[in-house]
Amino acid sequence: MTFNLNLTINGTAQQIALDDPRVTLLDVLRERVGLTGTKKGCDRGQCGACTVLIDGQRMNACLALALSYDGAEITTIEGLAKGETLHPVQAAFVAHDGFQCGYCTPGQIMSAVGLIAEGEAGLDPERVREGMSGNLCRCAAYAGITEAVLEATREMSAQEGTSA
Amino acid sequence: MADMMTAGGHVRLGSNAGQGLTRRDGVLKVTGGAGYAADCRPEGLLHAVTASAGIARGRVTHLDVAAAEAHPGVVKVYTHANALPLALSPDNKIHPFVWRMDALQSDEVRYAGQPIALVVAHSLEAATEGARLLAPQYDAQPARVTLDDAEPYETDTTAFGRPSGHSSGDIEAARAAADSHLTTTVETPSQYHNPLEPHAITAQWHGDQLEIDTPNQAIGLAKQTIAAFLGIDPSQILLRSPFLGGGFGAKAIVFGAQFLTILAARDLGQPVKMVLRRDQMYGPVGHRAPTRQTLQLDLDAEGHILALEHDTITTTSTFDQFLESASNASHSVYATSALRTEHHARRADIGTPGPMRAPGEASGSAALEIAMDVAAEARGMDPLAFRRLNYAKIDPSTGLAFSSKALEECYAKAAEAFGWEGRPLAPRQMREGRLLKGWGMGTAQFPCPMFQAAAHATLRADGSAVIETSAADMGQGAWTALAQIAADGLGIDVDKVEFRSGRSDLPDAGVAGGSGHTATAGNALFNAGADAVRQMVDLATNDPASPLFGAGNLGVTARGGRLHRNDDDRSESYEDILARAGLELLRGEGKASREGTPERAMFSHGGVFAEVLVDPDLGQIRVSRLIGAFAAGRIINPRLARSQLLGGMIWGIGFALHEEALHDARTGRFVNNDFAGYHVPVNADVPMIEAMTVHEDDPFVNALGIKGVGEIGVTGTVGAIANAVWHATGIRPARFPIHPESLI
Repeated sequence: MTFNLNLTINGTAQQIALDDPRVTLLDVLRERVGLTGTKKGCDRGQCGACTVLIDGQRMNACLALALSYDGAEITTIEGLAKGETLHPVQAAFVAHDGFQCGYCTPGQIMSAVGLIAEGEAGLDPERVREGMSGNLCRCAAYAGITEAVLEATREMSAQEGTSA
Repeated sequence: MADMMTAGGHVRLGSNAGQGLTRRDGVLKVTGGAGYAADCRPEGLLHAVTASAGIARGRVTHLDVAAAEAHPGVVKVYTHANALPLALSPDNKIHPFVWRMDALQSDEVRYAGQPIALVVAHSLEAATEGARLLAPQYDAQPARVTLDDAEPYETDTTAFGRPSGHSSGDIEAARAAADSHLTTTVETPSQYHNPLEPHAITAQWHGDQLEIDTPNQAIGLAKQTIAAFLGIDPSQILLRSPFLGGGFGAKAIVFGAQFLTILAARDLGQPVKMVLRRDQMYGPVGHRAPTRQTLQLDLDAEGHILALEHDTITTTSTFDQFLESASNASHSVYATSALRTEHHARRADIGTPGPMRAPGEASGSAALEIAMDVAAEARGMDPLAFRRLNYAKIDPSTGLAFSSKALEECYAKAAEAFGWEGRPLAPRQMREGRLLKGWGMGTAQFPCPMFQAAAHATLRADGSAVIETSAADMGQGAWTALAQIAADGLGIDVDKVEFRSGRSDLPDAGVAGGSGHTATAGNALFNAGADAVRQMVDLATNDPASPLFGAGNLGVTARGGRLHRNDDDRSESYEDILARAGLELLRGEGKASREGTPERAMFSHGGVFAEVLVDPDLGQIRVSRLIGAFAAGRIINPRLARSQLLGGMIWGIGFALHEEALHDARTGRFVNNDFAGYHVPVNADVPMIEAMTVHEDDPFVNALGIKGVGEIGVTGTVGAIANAVWHATGIRPARFPIHPESLI
């Protein structure tokens, strides 16, 4: 039996024919669509490496059964930069060395984008740390991650100010 | 003129090295473009999943292979009954860096989590379900999984052939002369590396050529080892490992499931990918073994250590040996006239332990720093003053002078930044609101090994260069720091350097481990660059058409892509020299290793200061401040070095407060082999933290004066946190992680 899954991934509408209903959104992205930037670290929602935006909300793609998100808009790490121009969160992660091995990084960045959009943490480092604590970094680049999220928050609110 | 290092003769280190460049692989890593082994999707890919033993000792008596093979999508099931043979037994220890492996060689189960079958299918979902359907049955024997039920045995070595004991000085005489005798016992738990990237392999055969994508910390060695077990020539293997999603020692070795995947790919004639599940990383790929450590410090009336004894009991597997050599951490930190260290081994039904970030040093330093605090307390001394009193001016275990040791500068810098002065001697004197506040410190120390590496550096006609060595970047920044060193060896800007690395068809860069990779591969790259420059100098100084003609072999310096005369201001670009010589390419070769017996003791050092807040009613512990200063020779890239040091210190937080793998005593199985149960530090656990470095020139450690920063951050930190907990509560931690209930 084939299941038709409609997803808009990074702005492009896609119809994906799934031969198996058990596939998670993470495995659809990685193994079926070929977007391998999103990582699998634990496959049970404990590490955050697979964080993507689903309809703008940050979610663990490993816990999302793909077929239950028919019609959803998905943003992955591959969809964040505008051509050669990095998203402010991506640029801040590079500038503040917010990663080492890079494996948790796509999830950290998507989580940071979600956190900033939620608007709950603002420029309070303590709240940023708390809000980013669903994303494990075994290299422990936490100091750089926090600095990067704070800088990106400032940068994005400044950009908003100039465009408004 | 320490910055004007001219190890290569014509070139100097310093234009590129020393700069805090951002990572050269940074954009790849923030865009999802960095490719890890599990990201490979070759045409016709099959997925493999291993089934793991659910007992710790016994035999597999039944696997429902028929049910698994009947599941739609399953291609084939491999068990001990139909296992594909290797050229050598997986139990063969062909060199000290081979761990005895599990590749379905029998029905015997030696530890929980051991692979007992491999299921290959067209999809990951089918392979996963196929493995579940195997529903193994066992003839189980009682499991022995803790220090207490493991079986003692005698051994003369710990790991890599190192002796299990050391004795220097007359410990009995020193003890008899001592004024006080202080015994401290500390236990540390089983810990698991848990890199965020699970171990993975994608294997494909093209005729008799094998291509594997698998993260590995020692690419050249892995190729040799894999070839030996497959019975093929190393030249038939291409191993790619451009990015490791963390390693920490767990990816320094090859393991059985990699071979099962390689063999399945050959058997089925299709590429096969196998990725361990998080829970499957507990057992087959190493861990830090638990320890029970006893230290005795014997002091004179002023507080000098006269004798130091450090004894460790630890576990290994029933079928191989790697001992957490914790006692060795006491060899070289503090002055003592007599020193005795021992290790005692026990065999348990567990996977074989292995090197995990600061193997031995992390566990041993944790206990030693507590013992030092116990002694300082007994003497009524400030912990830092007590350590200064016992500052080792020579290495007490060997009598050798240190190659460099800016530890006092580290103490001073970190203590000042922390505000240590005025710390009350007695515990339970400071509060923040209703929370108890405590300050503690510890000394960090880590050896500076050199391995063997080779490299090529090739100048191109346009003045750019390609440098080549099979370095492994697991996050430490090899792609960046090594390129900086190579660029200085070549005397060109780092932006003109193309770096080829992370694959086995390049010159062997040795192991990314032991905090020795930058020193080893870096010196090889620098030497390769210097060799290319040397050849170019010969071309130019012998060419009457060159402004450098007649400058003499030592009369020329390379910098900024030009050769400069030392006797006047004339110079010539690399492009012009190569063009006139009619050369498209000019290749230099370099090697690095440490020859002979060292005549100096070589270590990185540091001082770490911690503040904790403890809830007096609930025992909850928070590290509120953590500051370290480190002396680690020449720092190639301060930005990346800081990240390494911070990462190590945060591992220290995990060691002190979080990490502990637990077995069910009846079955021997793990009860917490996932991130919900095995806790590692999260962002909220890491408050104000800083790692600083102090300047240190080391003319002995290697030609470039590079030590290492990968592991030292773990040492010192664990003890500093434990000592801060004592200072807050008056309760001396006796085991790690420090549990809240032990404080109330």
